[in-house]
Amino acid sequence: MEVEARILEARIVKVLNSVTKKEVNPGAEDSLFVSGLLDSFALTDFVAGLEQEFGVSIPDSDLSARKFDTLNKVSAYVSAKLA
Amino acid sequence: MTAFLRAFGSHLPERRVGNREIAALVGATPEWILEVSGIEERRYAAEADTVASLGKLAAQNCLANAGATPADLGMILVASGSAPRFCPGPASQIAASLGLAATPALDIPVASCGSLIGLAFAAELAPRFGPVLVIGTEIMSRCIELTPGGKDTAILFGDGAGAALVDPASGFARIADSILSTDGASAEILKIENGRVAMEGRSVILQAVRKIPRAISELLARNHLSAAEPCAYLMHQANLNLIARVAQSLKVPQEEFADRFFVNLTHYGNTSSASLLIAADEWRSAHPEPLAGPLVLTAFGAGLNWGAMLALPA
Repeated sequence: MEVEARILEARIVKVLNSVTKKEVNPGAEDSLFVSGLLDSFALTDFVAGLEQEFGVSIPDSDLSARKFDTLNKVSAYVSAKLA
Repeated sequence: MTAFLRAFGSHLPERRVGNREIAALVGATPEWILEVSGIEERRYAAEADTVASLGKLAAQNCLANAGATPADLGMILVASGSAPRFCPGPASQIAASLGLAATPALDIPVASCGSLIGLAFAAELAPRFGPVLVIGTEIMSRCIELTPGGKDTAILFGDGAGAALVDPASGFARIADSILSTDGASAEILKIENGRVAMEGRSVILQAVRKIPRAISELLARNHLSAAEPCAYLMHQANLNLIARVAQSLKVPQEEFADRFFVNLTHYGNTSSASLLIAADEWRSAHPEPLAGPLVLTAFGAGLNWGAMLALPA
């Protein structure tokens, strides 16, 4: 289970790297916004990137920045989508 | 049922407020404001101005551009999210100030998207009531806090009013179709409450980047048009980066962006429901010739409300 969680997080970071165009290593609870990694428009790319990476569709009702603020929140969201 | 866009008009307060002035109050730099919004300056109303007084001046400008008088109007629709009084709102005050004593004048208390809603309603109502004057009028500077705590909204908004005359008989463009949508589940992310605008900016952008292109694409597809065909896209002037994203989503080539997406928020900021009609007025003034192709108008804002309208050469 732990291994699966780490793989999931690595894939999320891969999307983050692609969007920010740099190698990033945020802490699990670090805000991706406050840290400056994602501005409003990079966030839209990040969400689109998650859909592509994980083959999921993120509905409008889930388009709240609060769901994508930290790696932990993103991991929880994606895990729920994949369950 | 047929209706036409006959003329536009606008009024902007004289006082220009540049990024330097705002930046000093909110603890930012002028360069940062420009980078995140595309806005260089905005207009602020004078103390004596009201939402209704700005709306009246835009209405008079529109009627003059149309060669019409208030007596020609069958109805007035006034969009505003910043009007200080809910009921009666500014519509009846504007009608009275135009000398009208019985013409129906109704409020659309919807910020940002209100004037698009007004245009869509006017297209349906003009054949029944006669020419409909749609007005969007806002004093957003009274809904913001020019403090570091209010930075995220204070940098964006400005004041102004726009107007459009929708005529059942003639005009430069025939209103062919429109889409209006509301998603109340996200109402809390953008609102004007107790006279203050509150916005979760990132969530608003997330929603807008998807909803606006989707509405435009649906509108064009059901009218058998591609995104390459409209000669102009007139958008609610919220954020330059957002307008560019919409163009990108519609796959409008970057080199065509400036020609096909009208932008004036650089000078006025986000004037909420007034912005679409101010933009339309400036665009039409710059392009007074017969319409070269389909025209798309679109807006997004509090509610959430959003939509798109298609007008074709008359």
